Parts: sequence; C-alpha cells; structure tokens
Amino acid sequence: MQTAKNMKHYRKHVAEALDNEFQCRAMDNFAVAYRASRARAFEGMDVDGMIADIAEIKDDALGRLDELYDQFKAAAEKSGVQVHRAATAEAANALVLEIAEKNNAKKVIKSKSMTSEEIMLNHYLEAGGLEVTETDLGEWIIQLRGEGPSHMVMPAIHLSRFQVADLFTDVTGKKQDAEIERLVKAARRELRARFIEADMGITGANFAIAQTGTIGLTTNEGNARLATTLPRIHVAIAGIEKLLPTLNDALRIIRVLPRNATGQAITSYVTWITGSVAQNAGDREKKQRHVIFLDAGRRQLARDPDCAQVLRCVRCGACANVCPVYRMVGGHQFGHIYIGAVGLILTYFFHGREKARHLVQNCINCGACKQVCAAGIDLPRIIKSVHQRIQDEEGHPMQSLLLGKILKNRTLFHGLLKTARQAQKPITGGTPYLRHLPMIISGDHNFRQLPAIAPKAFRDLWPGLDTAPEHPVLRVSLFSGCVQDFVYPEQLEAAVRVLNRRGAALDFPMDQSCCGLPVKMMGEADAARDVAAQNTLAMAQGSPDYVVTLCASCASHIKHDYPRLLADDPVLAEKAGELAGKIVPFSVLVNDILEPLPEKASTQQPVTTTYHAPCHLCRGLGVRKAPRDLIQKAGLPFVPAAEEETCCGFGGTYSSKFPAVSARILDKKLDDAAATGAAQLVTECPGCILQLRGGARQRGMALEVVHISEMLDAREPRR
Amino acid sequence: MITQFRSAAENVSAVVTEVGTMADAFTYIVDLCVDKDACQILAPGCETPLSDRADKVCREKDQKLIAAPLLDADAAGQLNDLCGNRGICLVREDLRRYVSGIDIGVTLADFGVAETGTLVLASGSEDLRLATMVCEIHAAILPKSRIRADLFEIEQDLAADMATGTDYCAFITGASRTADIERVLALGVHGPLELHILLTEA
Repeated sequence: MQTAKNMKHYRKHVAEALDNEFQCRAMDNFAVAYRASRARAFEGMDVDGMIADIAEIKDDALGRLDELYDQFKAAAEKSGVQVHRAATAEAANALVLEIAEKNNAKKVIKSKSMTSEEIMLNHYLEAGGLEVTETDLGEWIIQLRGEGPSHMVMPAIHLSRFQVADLFTDVTGKKQDAEIERLVKAARRELRARFIEADMGITGANFAIAQTGTIGLTTNEGNARLATTLPRIHVAIAGIEKLLPTLNDALRIIRVLPRNATGQAITSYVTWITGSVAQNAGDREKKQRHVIFLDAGRRQLARDPDCAQVLRCVRCGACANVCPVYRMVGGHQFGHIYIGAVGLILTYFFHGREKARHLVQNCINCGACKQVCAAGIDLPRIIKSVHQRIQDEEGHPMQSLLLGKILKNRTLFHGLLKTARQAQKPITGGTPYLRHLPMIISGDHNFRQLPAIAPKAFRDLWPGLDTAPEHPVLRVSLFSGCVQDFVYPEQLEAAVRVLNRRGAALDFPMDQSCCGLPVKMMGEADAARDVAAQNTLAMAQGSPDYVVTLCASCASHIKHDYPRLLADDPVLAEKAGELAGKIVPFSVLVNDILEPLPEKASTQQPVTTTYHAPCHLCRGLGVRKAPRDLIQKAGLPFVPAAEEETCCGFGGTYSSKFPAVSARILDKKLDDAAATGAAQLVTECPGCILQLRGGARQRGMALEVVHISEMLDAREPRR
Repeated sequence: MITQFRSAAENVSAVVTEVGTMADAFTYIVDLCVDKDACQILAPGCETPLSDRADKVCREKDQKLIAAPLLDADAAGQLNDLCGNRGICLVREDLRRYVSGIDIGVTLADFGVAETGTLVLASGSEDLRLATMVCEIHAAILPKSRIRADLFEIEQDLAADMATGTDYCAFITGASRTADIERVLALGVHGPLELHILLTEA
C-alpha cells in the first residue's frame, strides 16, 4: 500500500526495500525461475497469436459491457442468482454487508479476490461486526499481518517461512515450526474449521460468461470450491470488465492465463458455477447466491481511447514478474493494491492520483512487461500517459517544464550543451569523465562515472568527414540522437566509416534534434510532440532510402511514438509514417541490408566478447539476431551473458530520478558480464554504454564497453 | 492421447494407473485406504498442535472413511463389500457430517483432457463436491474412451450443461497445491493431498 507523502518519502521507502535482503533474494530467484518456467509452459505454442486473440476478445467485450451485463443478469436471475451492479467501492462494500445482515451471517470466509482487495472489503465488513477470514494461504498470511499483497498471484512473496511461523504461532496460540510443509498443513487444518463455521463465502470471479450467467474461478488451492460450497450464502464480486460473451472466450484465456502467471499449463482447479446450485444443508435455508459487478470507474475507462486497453488485464501478474524495478523494490513499492506495471496504471484509475503520483515515475520504460502481457497491453505507453495526465492535473514540475521548453528549441538546446562543455572543464580534469562531481549530484549518483561532453560535437565534425563512398548503393541519412552527437561522437564516426565501406552514401540533416524520448519520459507530451514534428521534417530532407540510428531508444521512439504523437496533423502524420518505415538500427542496416565486405582477416587480436541487448532494440524493435551475427562475422569469440535482455538500469532520466534502483540493476548486469570472463562487452545504444561503461569503470573492472559500430570499425581494415 | 494425458497428469504429481475394470479400481482404492494412516502419513503437520477450535474439528474423525457419493447401487454394493472386509466405513450421502476429514473420495470423471492432464467433473451434487474437497486422497475413475485432446473438444458439452441454468462444473488437475510460502511447492493446502487417476478400459 502506498503511504508516501512526497517523492522524498517515496524514495525512502524504495531505499528500505533495497535494504530488505530476504525480499531481494526472493525476488531475484523468482525473476530468473519465472522466465524459464514460462518458456517451458508455452513451448511449441503460438504465444503471440494467443495473446492477440485475448486482446481481441477483451476489446470486443469492453466495447459492450452494458449489453453483456444485462445478458448475464437475465440469465443468472432466471436460475435464482441475484445480480447487482455497484457504482462505487463504497456501494459494493455496503451491498455485501447488507446481504450479510439481512441473512444474519456473522462469519465470512473468502477466497482470493483482487477486486475485494481493491475496495478493502475486509476492513469494511470487520467494522460492521463480521469475522472475516481469507483462505488463500498467501492472502491469509497478509491478512494476519495487516498488509496488502506484494504480488497479484503470490501475495506473500515478500515474507519468509520464519515470519509465517511467527504469525501462525500467534494465531493458533501454539508454537509452530518454520517448516513449510508443516505450516501449510497447519493452515489446512486451522482454516478447515473456519470453513465449517462460516455463514457466507466470498469469492472473486476470473470470468463472467454473459450467455449463461456463469462465473469461472481459477485456483490452485481449491479454497474457492470450499468457499462456494460450505457456507449457505455465496457472494462473488468482480470488476465489470470480467464479463465475456461466451465460454469459448474464457477457455481461450485459460490457455494463456496460468501459463503466463506461474508457468502452469492450467491451475489445479477451474470451477464454473451457473445458477443457484442445490445444497444439502439439512435444516438450513436454500443456498443464496449473489454476483456483484463493480464499476468504480471501469465503464468510463472502457470509453477512454488512450487507456481502455488496460481493462483487458486478466490479472496474471506477469508484468511484475519481468519488471527489473519490481524485482528490486518489491510489490509494496510498486503498486498500491494492484501490483506491477498494470498496478501503476490501475492505482491511478481506481485509487486516484494521490496514490499513483510517485509510483508512475518508477517505470524504467524497458518494455519487458509489454512483451510478456497476456492481453497485449501497451503498458509502458499507458504508464507514461498516466504520468502526463497527473502532471496536467496538478501542474508540471519546473524541472520537466524547463527541459520541455529547452528541447522544443533546438538552437537553444544545442547552445546550452556547448555552454555546459565549457562549464564542465573544472570537473573533468582533462579526461572524458566528470571526475569531481559537484556535491549536488554526488552521493546516490556516484555508482557510475559520468562521461563528459565531447570537445567537438558530431554535427561540428560532420563537414570534415569523408562520407561519400566510391560506389554508392544506398542513400542513408544519419539520425544521431543527442547522446552520441554530444557525448560519444566517436561512435558515429566509426559508423560512418563502416557504412562507407559498404557503399552507403550518408547525409546528416542539421535540423535534427533530440528524439524527444526524455521529455516523454518526464510526462511532457507537448514538447515530445513538437520535437517529433521538427525531426520528422528534418529527416524527410533528401528523401533517403533509410534513416539509420545507433541509438535503439531513438529508433524505437521514432518508429512507434512519432506516428501516434503526430496523428492529429494529416501532413505530419504521413511523413512520420514514412520515417517510421525508413528508420533502421545500425546493426540491421549493416547485417541485413548492405552487402558484406569481402572477407579479409583482421589485424586486430580477437578479444572474447559478450553482448548486452538494449531494451529498445530487442523488445522495442524486435532486433535480436543482427548484432550477434555481426559479432560472429567479425571473428570474435562470443560468450553470452546471463539475462542478456534484462535492462541495464539506465532508462534515460530514470537513472537520475531513482539512482539507487538504477545502481542495483546495473550491479547485477555487471556481475553477469563479469561471469562471462569476456574482455569486451558490445551493445548498441549510447545510453546503455553510458551506464555500463561508467559502472565498469567505477568498479575498476577490466571490461571494455563498446558500441557495435566501434567493434566493427576496429575489426575492418582501413580504406 | 492416453500417453499424453498420463504424462501431463503425472507432471502435476497425479498418480495414473491403468486398472482394467471398475472392480479392479475398487480393489486399488481399498488397498490404498488400508495402507494409508488416517490423517498421519501423507505429510508432516498433523501432530502439530493447533488452536482449540481447529483441534476440535480434527478430533471429530475416528474411523477410516471412503466417500463415494455418485456410484450406482450395484457398484456401491461391490465397493461396500470390499470396505466392510477391511474395517473401512463407506459413506455415500450427507457428507456435510464428515467435513472434518475423509480418507478417500471416489468419483467417476466425465472427461479427461490430454493437453493438460485435467479431469472434468460435473459437480452439481454437493456431496460430490465435498467428496473431492475434504478428502485426503481423491481417486477418480476415468474410462479411457472419455479422454479428449483439449478443452475445446468438450466445449459444447460444457456449454450445454451451463445452458440448463444450474450447473457446477470442475476442472481438476493434480492435487490441491500452493507455493505461497517462499514459492516452495506444497500439496494439499485445502483439498486432496494426492490425486489418483484410475483408467478403465470402458
């Protein structure tokens, strides 16, 4: 749960989480194990096709929630179930309490329901005098601790067996050993008594099938079956977005949900309940069943063109499982009640901007969640969109406004960078690093050495470069991005030589500026749009065959976001579409498009090489093969690093906003690189280089971190 | 398909045995019950003291019980004879009286699903639901001819049952499980600690 009052307070919570050794170790093991079990579970299946299918099913249902609700209600009420719609969390809580009071129910047992967590039903019912017991083991544990879940599927993943043993000792009044098998059995027997005594069972619903008024429940423990069978009243509470037209839709989701959640082909139990099923309750009254559909902003969200797709979520929790930030900080700092990437978004829509304000800034924009989402939700984009909305509602912070204003004006921006180059002299000591950081940015930020601004920007070197090949085969424009233009121009110079050797005639349109990703990351949509327009026009000059970038983040932003940012202007939108079609990462242009150079042994001694896959290259652009091919063709012995595709922790402005998290992610990355024994780490994004090279240097590692253009250029004989 | 069913079910720790006939299945079940210590042998934990209210429930059970709610009279007679000889009590109805614990719940599965090793049980009867929930071992008898490739092959049957207006259908795959403490897999958190699937030739 989020209790942070301000950003400083939130950072303090994050720092405490980073100090929680047990949690860090548990999260780490989980992150690695999850990837393997998910891959096994989907082996031989068309995962992308299945995910696209779910997106389509859910989008269709979201477009007609009211119609599906009416259909469900009619079908269910025909067989004796009472169906309700609650406009707000308060209304849903009141409804449940009213049902209990009307039927003189005192004891309630629950099976896992995120919706009931969302409305904090337990507190409400307890305040109303009821005894409420969660029966999902993890939920029971966190209930006993008075906490919220730290994961949507494994709510107590942050706790150790010792903490659980202490809790169970308290609740049973007898000493319990910290042995997992025994603790589980103690819970079985302890909770069995509660099931028997309960008057009312509350469950969620994973699916609500409109055609037949059926609810579907997936559990591994089987507690939902007991909760819907033993007590004389059953109340199911579900978000209205759980409505689906038919059983077929639910079955298609079931093929993905458990595989994506825990790597299981199916959960131990899937339960389908239709109508008021008879019970042999002896002298008790006939079984009563209620289904409550919670709106609480969902129907409005379903009509929100920008964010509606977040309601496709099937609550598998995978977006947390793969998130490098969640892995470091745990669920209590990565969501309010809903956890993970989707949690950052749902916190805003269900719990308001107070709770979401700091959380949404803790996305590093690596795209791992988007790639793994069971419903194909564009989570990173929507997180940014929510960030933007919060700033629009509350006023933009001075820092991000300023950056927006500066980036909108290329001459001003580049002028400032040149001024900074002069100003940094006292702190570089003549090296390419900022050696003596001023107090204001040291401390937390000291985990890597920051590069200095280069003596001469690439745009100033350009006129003196040899850029015309002997036999031109393609016209290619170079989009430099600001890091390479001003910090690492040598990477671009190397690229110019590599491309020239292969017959690419190069152009460098001078009106190009920063791609705008940093302002998008800071929630400055207006500035992001203006910069997109400027670059779109600049890069259209000379009608090149391709536009190449050495920065995966620029490429991915230009390709995916420009057409969206400029959609409201038909002329710009068309040009942005053309640019998106032409933009190509350096490795793809060299490996897949241009003809290879005639084989010629390199004079350079081959060094053992490993690779870091930039987030925006492997996931943002789906490029995985070209860089590895090039390393191999360059004749370098290659040793792959563990977790090659995991973010390096840079994330642009992220690493200055959450330096402690960034440093921890970087640490893992460098450990993995060190374990390969490689002398050289190749990657294809200047941001990753800034992070990895700076970190390796700070640690005193002998690892050379180079751009793939530099690696190739060094291996190729000069013309 | 039978091989695929078996391997998928065994993957989730179900015990799959080809028994031939119903009579063979009953013999298997009774043997299993005889060999099993009541509430003791399957996993550590039963000797651990609990709160008074939970202890009371646990002490209610004093005899080995097999619950077989939906067997027809003939089959139940056969099973009852086997049980009687071995000192086991067979119960067929009013299972709410035995919620503190049943040793083995016996069911006849409607379908098996090869892709996931899943059993499909029409569970409209409360006694059937209880038999599969409160038991320590669930023994399900499944004719080989009822095995289907995937859930979509039985979708029409399921949808037809739902369309009747009153239906409780269960997909059961393996034993009751949890990994909620330190992600360590533990079986039998609420439902059965073991699932035995007995394949008959019918």
